Amino acid sequence: MPEQLDQPNGRTSTEAVGQAGAGGAMEFAATEAASIGQATGPSARARSLWSDAWHDLRRNPIFIVSALLILFLVLIAIWPQLIATGNPLACDINMSQLGPAPGHPFGFDTQGCDVYTRTVYGARASVTVGVCATAGAALLGSILGGFAGFFGGWWDALLSRISDIFFGIPIILGGLVFLSVVTNTTVWPVVGFIVLLGWPQIARIARGAVITAKQNDYVQAARALGAGPTRMLLRHIAPNAVAPVIVVATIALGTYISLEATLSFLGVGLKPPTVSWGIDISSASTQIRDAPHMLLWPAAALSVTVLAFIMLGDAVRDALDPKLR
Amino acid sequence: MDTLLDVRDLHVEFRTRDGVAKAVNGVNYSVNAGETLAVLGESGSGKSVTAQAIMGILDSPPGHITRGRIFFQGADVLSLHREARRVLRGARMAMIFQDALSALNPVLSVGDQLGEMFVVHRGLSRRDARARAVELMDRVRIPAARQRVGDYPHQFSGGMRQRIMIAMAMALEPDLIIADEPTTALDVTVQAQVMELLAELQREMRMGLILITHDLGVVADVADKIAVMYAGRIVETAPVHQIYQRPAHPYTKGLLDSIPRLDQKGQELYAIKGLPPSLLRIPPGCPFHPRCPMAQEVCRTDEPPLYEVGPKRGSACHFWKETLGG
Repeated sequence: MPEQLDQPNGRTSTEAVGQAGAGGAMEFAATEAASIGQATGPSARARSLWSDAWHDLRRNPIFIVSALLILFLVLIAIWPQLIATGNPLACDINMSQLGPAPGHPFGFDTQGCDVYTRTVYGARASVTVGVCATAGAALLGSILGGFAGFFGGWWDALLSRISDIFFGIPIILGGLVFLSVVTNTTVWPVVGFIVLLGWPQIARIARGAVITAKQNDYVQAARALGAGPTRMLLRHIAPNAVAPVIVVATIALGTYISLEATLSFLGVGLKPPTVSWGIDISSASTQIRDAPHMLLWPAAALSVTVLAFIMLGDAVRDALDPKLR
Repeated sequence: MDTLLDVRDLHVEFRTRDGVAKAVNGVNYSVNAGETLAVLGESGSGKSVTAQAIMGILDSPPGHITRGRIFFQGADVLSLHREARRVLRGARMAMIFQDALSALNPVLSVGDQLGEMFVVHRGLSRRDARARAVELMDRVRIPAARQRVGDYPHQFSGGMRQRIMIAMAMALEPDLIIADEPTTALDVTVQAQVMELLAELQREMRMGLILITHDLGVVADVADKIAVMYAGRIVETAPVHQIYQRPAHPYTKGLLDSIPRLDQKGQELYAIKGLPPSLLRIPPGCPFHPRCPMAQEVCRTDEPPLYEVGPKRGSACHFWKETLGG
């Protein structure tokens, strides 16, 4: 974190007190410095909100578990070959719906494709959609919401009404309508659709956070000392308003992944030959009595992924919320 | 002495849903270079709003300056372009806020915030700005400045934070400093140290200082003159010692009488009866008449002008002679 790079390194309390004495400062000041040193121990270092949050997070088991899971997911999304040697599109119809076999621990699906390989490869679509949609929605939402909160007035009114309109669109219905006309089989139409319907939520949070931060005395103080609007927004308001946006975005990431699966299940999200948990769940759902293993593995992978992101969001929220300290 | 700041007939109102709140109603005051003016008054008397109008940081809307002029070093600042005013702020006039903890940004180190003054106004590099920040912290006597420049506001004590606030305001050696209750949030021993520091820096740099306070005790030692505000008006102005000896307005007299004194131990403490008026409905005539022990019929109908009661002294009371005498 950039905040940490600015720290003078290796300050100890004894040094601080020594300097205070040498500088001939008033006695009360020296004792004050000493008491600070004692209270926080020799490892006392300057801690910003962010390093404080990081300090908390490292000690939170929920964070550690979810972060390891997510790290693993991202790794296999980038290099699925690490743990799956097969080809998810190489299928043998003779093996249709067969159970686990040596080298095929999760069995085969209707087309005779290896469920294990497909489940591993499915992470890529989910993680890509989740990360890209969240990044897009967070960027768009915080810029629009942030400006609305900062400038207020008609811009704020206009934006709030527009986001109300987007809130009013039922997400599944919207997906069925918008995405059924798209023929592109990549992940991008789905990402675009989620960004389109997801930004108002982030914008509302960002708007509220900016309005709260704007009313702080230090923003007024910065203004009184000659800071212009750009500097006020970027240096004094944004860093103090970004925490709630990060929290909501992390939780949203999990829900966007399940939304992608839902849309793919309904046949309007990702389309074959893209490998996706949603597509696999969809095709397995009709065979649930004959071959439950086909449904079990992609569904479990999806649940664990969504859970991991929501847990991460929870942990981040706990760490960034000063009221919980 | 040359006049640094001249506020003439300033009117500020806030247009709210409940109506128009007349926060400042014809304030006149001036400050010379090297001089300290104490602006005294209860909460809601318009003293902070006047300061915000001078600084150009009035929230608008709902705040509007409806009448009056503010001359700073001879220039009418209200007619200046927004950008020109922004350049004035911090460099030529600066403000110290009441609560340094909330007036410092919690996510930036104090070094960054002090250095920002030099980055914004002088275009210094971050490295040079940081060196200047250390100098400033030394100057306001923060111990171990070099080690603490990277610390965050919450790691400092209240007194140290207020010193940092003062350092920020002094950074570019402005000609005018407005200190809005700079010691209210501090405990008594630290109050004296911070006031001393402020007064010392002011003398060194020959700055004009407007000290906004409701604490009569703080004022006596540092101020040259006093302006007492009530309901958005100045009700009495005087050189500092005269006001303590012989107030010329019943409100000032009431304020002085309500200071607890050791020789009155055991007696009931005097308090001005009633509450300050709502700025939405300021009483006609003299705004103080509902609470004034000397109120007569004329006070209910005629608003008193600021009578000249002596050299450099004014009182907005029809009965200033009686007040002075009694």
